Amino acid sequence: MSLVIKIGMASCGLAAGARDIYSAVEEYIKTTKSTNIELKKTACIGMCFAEPLMELSSENGTTTYGYLNAEMISAIIDDFASGQPQTENVILSDSLEGQENETLKAQTRIVLRNVGIINPESIDDYIGRNGYNSLQKAIKEMTPKEIVAEVKESGLRGRGGAGFPTGLKWQFAAHEKSNKKYIVCNADEGDPGAFMDRSVLEGDPHSVIEGMAIGAYAIGADEGYIYCRAEYPLAIKHLKLAIAAAEKRGMLGRNIQGTRFNFKLHIKEGAGAFVCGEETALLASIEGKRGMPRIRPPFPAQSGLWGKPTNINNVETFANIAWIIWHGANEYAKYGTEKSKGTKVFALAGKIRNSGLIEVPMGISLRDVIYKVGGGMKTDKPFKGVQLGGPSGGCLPADLLDTVVDYDSINNTGAIMGSGGMVVMDSSTCMVDVAKFFLNFTQNESCGKCTFCRVGTKRMLEILTRISEGTGVPEDIEKLESLAKNIIKGSLCGLGQTAPNPVLTTLKYFKDEYLAHIEDKKCAAGVCTHLLTYEIDEDKCVGCTLCARKCPVSCISGKVKKPHQINQEACIKCGACYTACKFDAITKS
Amino acid sequence: MYKQIFNKYSPEKENLIYILHEIQDNHPQQYISEDAVTEVSEYINVPRAHIYGVLTFYTMFSTKPRGKNIIRLCESPPCFLKGSENILKKLRETLDLGLNKTTKDGMFTLELCACLGVCGNAPVMMINEDVYGNLTEDKIDTIINKIKGEAK
Repeated sequence: MSLVIKIGMASCGLAAGARDIYSAVEEYIKTTKSTNIELKKTACIGMCFAEPLMELSSENGTTTYGYLNAEMISAIIDDFASGQPQTENVILSDSLEGQENETLKAQTRIVLRNVGIINPESIDDYIGRNGYNSLQKAIKEMTPKEIVAEVKESGLRGRGGAGFPTGLKWQFAAHEKSNKKYIVCNADEGDPGAFMDRSVLEGDPHSVIEGMAIGAYAIGADEGYIYCRAEYPLAIKHLKLAIAAAEKRGMLGRNIQGTRFNFKLHIKEGAGAFVCGEETALLASIEGKRGMPRIRPPFPAQSGLWGKPTNINNVETFANIAWIIWHGANEYAKYGTEKSKGTKVFALAGKIRNSGLIEVPMGISLRDVIYKVGGGMKTDKPFKGVQLGGPSGGCLPADLLDTVVDYDSINNTGAIMGSGGMVVMDSSTCMVDVAKFFLNFTQNESCGKCTFCRVGTKRMLEILTRISEGTGVPEDIEKLESLAKNIIKGSLCGLGQTAPNPVLTTLKYFKDEYLAHIEDKKCAAGVCTHLLTYEIDEDKCVGCTLCARKCPVSCISGKVKKPHQINQEACIKCGACYTACKFDAITKS
Repeated sequence: MYKQIFNKYSPEKENLIYILHEIQDNHPQQYISEDAVTEVSEYINVPRAHIYGVLTFYTMFSTKPRGKNIIRLCESPPCFLKGSENILKKLRETLDLGLNKTTKDGMFTLELCACLGVCGNAPVMMINEDVYGNLTEDKIDTIINKIKGEAK
């Protein structure tokens, strides 16, 4: 019996220890002198929460095991090979009861069609799954106009967040008359909690390259750039390998596949600046400058890189293209809602059981995403909110869980679809604190060009800080709202225009919490340390003196073996006593 | 001094970020010195002010010497929700180190960073180019000791 073993070696797998699993399988093959086992690397199937993962397949079927450590490996392989596979730690399986079989069934994988299945370092694996056939079809059988029409017809909208129709964007660039045009892939995925693009680049880099090549042909560009953030070294490595392999096979370079179409592709690495995800800032960064946005118009389609017409799309958008060209616009448009066609990839993070990556048809409800595909809450604590779209998005409460996922429905709530990050929060999260975090983030990342974005976010942050420290006043809410309005109006780019969203949505849906902080000086979630009171329960305290020794400001007193007291005036609310106490004698309220 | 790096890139402004990355990565203390800025400025023929402008705009470049191993702990909400604060505390204790500081032996620098995109395995940190996830306080000891052991 021959056996194929695949290990998920994307960043998430590696972070969880996939390298040890890979070595353990190698060791197994060596010591058992097995000649019938093929060991392969793949990327992330999306089940990050169960990493590291190992998939075994033979003529008896395919089973994926999770939550592994190196010691478990030889027994799992032995049992699988003997036809009596272990039933513990089964994540996915076509023959056994897999814990997550339903999770995958609820998905529709177009963008992620190859991710976690193929070896991303092998162009043959990609070609073996219909790879580069769409490019051949496009450049040999279709005119650029037909491609633009097909993409328009599919209804695909930009997956970077704003949701601008991709076909229309291509049409603008195609209409420009110029001896030189560029196509650019925005892989500067910076939203906290978003990792869709990383997963696609690490797991299926050729799908992005193929999409870009088709786009280049459609708009008449012969050169392209992938701008990838430097925080993703593995994605950059896989892209470099993929570009070299594609050049060797004649999928990139001059006279592609014997046609007159030329396309040269470069990678540009960022250096840590969130604002570079904004298209004009990104172009400035490619040109070697500070990544600062500029006024539009002219739009990049008219004047982009070095003043030439340039088309910019996001990673996920490009990864859809080859599928659309091959299967046709109508097939794609079967998925989704009237105005948001196709599927969307989401990164699930926070207090959700199945944290990881999923792809679902547009039109699914948030509730289904979180409870059906995502497996529900990770803790016993109830759901409180979900943050969509990172620092540009908003927090939605439980009574909006039936909102369907499409651009327009989500925009109506005040949040945005964004690039697809979903951070799930339970009752232990303070919404004022969350708003403060995101504002702090945008405040730090503001490039400083527009006064309202630079100074206005700082003033908002100061107000939020004082609310969380218990010195907020009722007028603060009004001030926040008025500053927010002006920042939106007075900022040039998306960063500033959306920076107040987390504050506005939490004010809209969790106003009680703001009021509790301001009027009652209370933080129900127990997060805002300044509003906490630590007290010692005299009945539980055995007088072990541990808390007194841990207290950095020596504000706990008491005799040995007698109940201790906290001097509330001197207490700095650091919580050291609370963590140190072994008798649960210290209460936090 | 930076000839080998310059040979790889034509003297054009668009290559500035590439060149700065390479200079920093190849410096044992992982930073860009004043001398380096002067040489780059001469090579691509732009004022030093422009180079400093770029250098200080991007958070990944450093103008100060750093350690051999740069620990970058993610401070984003998904990691925060999963307890990154305790991990930071543990790192500071284990290394006896403040934020953005380097250990006396030059082995470690401790930094916070933006989302590393490995939120499914939060809390997460990166040491040089390796990502470590599902961090616990115990794991920190193991990881740090392993790196220290390898250095010996």
